[in-house]
Amino acid sequence: MTEQSRTDSTDGNKRHYSHTLDLSKGKVEMVHGSGGKAMAQLIDELFLNAFSNPWLDEMNDQACFQLSAGRVVMATDSHVISPLFFPGGDIGCLSVHGTVNDVAMSGAVPKYLSAGFILEEGYPLADLQTIVTSMAAAAEGAGVYIVTGDTKVVERGKGDGCFITTTGIGVVPEGVSMGADRVTAGDKIIVSGSLGDHGVAIMSLRENLTFETTIESDTQSLNDLVAAMVAVVPDIHCLRDPTRGGLSATLNEIAQQSKVGMQVYETEIPVKPQVKAACEFLGLDPLFVANEGKLVAFCPAAKAEQLLAVMRAHPKGMDAAIIGDVIEDDLQFVQMQTAFGGNRMVDWINGEQLPRIC
Amino acid sequence: MCLAIPVRIEEILGDETAMADIGGVRKEINVALIADLAVGDFVIMHVGYALNKIDPDEAERTLALFAELDALSQQDIIEAAE
Amino acid sequence: MKYVDEYRDGGLAREIAAKICAEATPERAYHFMEFCGGHTHAIFRYGIPDLLPDNVKMIHGPGCPVCVLPIPRLDAAIELAVTHGVTLCSYGDMLRVPGSRKRSLLKAKAEGADVRMVYSCMDALRIAQENPEKEVVFFAIGFETTTPPTALVINQAKKLGLKNFTVYCNHVLTPAAISNILESPEVRELGVLPLDGFVGPAHVSTVIGSQPYHYFAEEYQKPVVIAGFEPLDVLQAILMLVRQINEGRAEVENEFSRAVTYMGNSRAKQVVADTFELRRSFEWRGLGVVPYSALKIKDALSEFDAEKRFIVDYRSTRENKSCECGAILRGVKSPRDCTLFGDPCTPENPLGSCMVSSEGACAAYYSYGRYQERTFATDQSHPAA
Repeated sequence: MTEQSRTDSTDGNKRHYSHTLDLSKGKVEMVHGSGGKAMAQLIDELFLNAFSNPWLDEMNDQACFQLSAGRVVMATDSHVISPLFFPGGDIGCLSVHGTVNDVAMSGAVPKYLSAGFILEEGYPLADLQTIVTSMAAAAEGAGVYIVTGDTKVVERGKGDGCFITTTGIGVVPEGVSMGADRVTAGDKIIVSGSLGDHGVAIMSLRENLTFETTIESDTQSLNDLVAAMVAVVPDIHCLRDPTRGGLSATLNEIAQQSKVGMQVYETEIPVKPQVKAACEFLGLDPLFVANEGKLVAFCPAAKAEQLLAVMRAHPKGMDAAIIGDVIEDDLQFVQMQTAFGGNRMVDWINGEQLPRIC
Repeated sequence: MCLAIPVRIEEILGDETAMADIGGVRKEINVALIADLAVGDFVIMHVGYALNKIDPDEAERTLALFAELDALSQQDIIEAAE
Repeated sequence: MKYVDEYRDGGLAREIAAKICAEATPERAYHFMEFCGGHTHAIFRYGIPDLLPDNVKMIHGPGCPVCVLPIPRLDAAIELAVTHGVTLCSYGDMLRVPGSRKRSLLKAKAEGADVRMVYSCMDALRIAQENPEKEVVFFAIGFETTTPPTALVINQAKKLGLKNFTVYCNHVLTPAAISNILESPEVRELGVLPLDGFVGPAHVSTVIGSQPYHYFAEEYQKPVVIAGFEPLDVLQAILMLVRQINEGRAEVENEFSRAVTYMGNSRAKQVVADTFELRRSFEWRGLGVVPYSALKIKDALSEFDAEKRFIVDYRSTRENKSCECGAILRGVKSPRDCTLFGDPCTPENPLGSCMVSSEGACAAYYSYGRYQERTFATDQSHPAA
């Protein structure tokens, strides 16, 4: 497929509308999801305008592209976060970063994304535009294209403003083979930066938990960091991003899948002082709080220092740290040595941590 | 006993409220239960209410107790903190 | 964080622990009860049992207001949300506790009841102000630390003339619970529950002062050391208790002197006295009926009393026959002694309150203690300091 400029591809398909969409005061209406002219206009003036690329501009129901040789990786994520806008980001960039990262965690280079929107009747178009602009910026920043999408509208009260589902595709380079079952005793565990930022930023907005903080969500795409890591240490055993459930969920999941145990060290785990403080007075443990711009790497011990150096040299891995070791353990416990010197379990909690008073 | 945490009073906002700081996080809290509050004081906060002031001298004394220094050195520490 | 980090120093912890090991005479065992759930949590979270010698044992007491709330009272709260359709505001701690027929506030919310989590009772007040057409009920639980905020909020509601705000009061009292334990047959008759002293609650004591504990020290000849909330405080308090036992003393000592005075906080005590009065008796999960151990809202403020505004049906329920929460709360049994522990009762599927509350003995044991079990089994020596 040859590259085509946007003007070329849309000229022939250009549609004419009797009046432009009122993006500043307009609201999403049922008609925007019904497949008719109104929906076409919404797609044209809002989505195509922001996401424009040769595949999307063809305005087919599907996108057709070639992939380079290698194993194909696909990942999908639905985003229902509330509130839609939070310090450091919004549902738009979150939905791009999340799926880009899921693809990247396999070592693959993410290339194409699809984006499905479920919009609630009455949602302000101005806010939708902010979200879409943010997605476009996120996609450009990550070097990926949103090549196909879908729009549906549900009645007022049946949605939360906006739900977004993104699916991503990428290709794994030769020599890279990562997986949750590949982790072995002796591996080192490395995190790419401070933990708990996203969860605390979100909580600061949730109703009834009023506190002011300059903590922002850490949402960002990590594919460039992963590419740098894989270029120097292609035999990393596993990568995963510790989203919901925090570091604890990730470590426990992998311990089970690889049938190993883990020993981490509290003093080595990076947590920003403000995150630590917010967790203190809410009674939360940063180990269980969500992250949206961090990864955990499991790599052979001999390569750990080298991998750490690569990560620290990258702007998205400056605070990377080796936090522990993978060990033999039939019970597959994840343990942490506290700052005190005693050992404790890092359990896989059921559901979300709730702030407590006791 | 419940989850309570020492916070620093940054600003007194009214008869019953103050802005507190803990590790860089700011929160408005109710201080109706504290007499003679001043900016710079530390209080113990529980569910958004200040329950008691922390006595800085006693705090130093306790730390010294942990290290079990003799009475003379304890006095040095308290004087140095002032 | 000032006044926090200094009290978590690992090096100092090992020094204090070394002193405990040195001063605890090997010929006898020392059994201390930490009354408060918050202390239980800290003990497990910092791995304090790892640092203590074999002959110094901690018994986990009933100072967890979530754990001791009897099922009928929780059922009543659920009923208020489900049947009476109120907006029920609750602290996070109570949301997952199972009531009868496996219901919980969180499950009721999933089924459509208006249950809201609040960090503070003043948030419940704000919800009432912002929604004058809704009946808002605040589910008040907690020991003396949490009671003054509830008192303030009731008085604030009166000042604002709110007509849609009530409190469902389940505040309980520490000295009464300590009495109950000391009076229990297991303690009084030697052998079943050897109890040599108490680690007294931190924040409750900032409100009530150290004065109420003198009665226990004198009457029952058991030392009490009030300890701060941080791990160094707890270790220091254990050391002070060991010394009292060795020296044959039974006194009240205050390790948390930076926040606890003899009389406590008189403003807080006054506002509580103006707002609440003693219930003649109150049923505690595990301890049974304990006289003068809980508070209800005074008649003069009955317009803010949920129990006066709503008729709630207190059906007494049967606890799961095999659930040992009661005995565990009294320190008589350990989680391992419960046949339900670990299967089917786990933090994911809690059958009793000791497992659902993060500081319940069973939850703490499940999260942290299982590791120690395994250490006992695989290593010959106990991993003490």
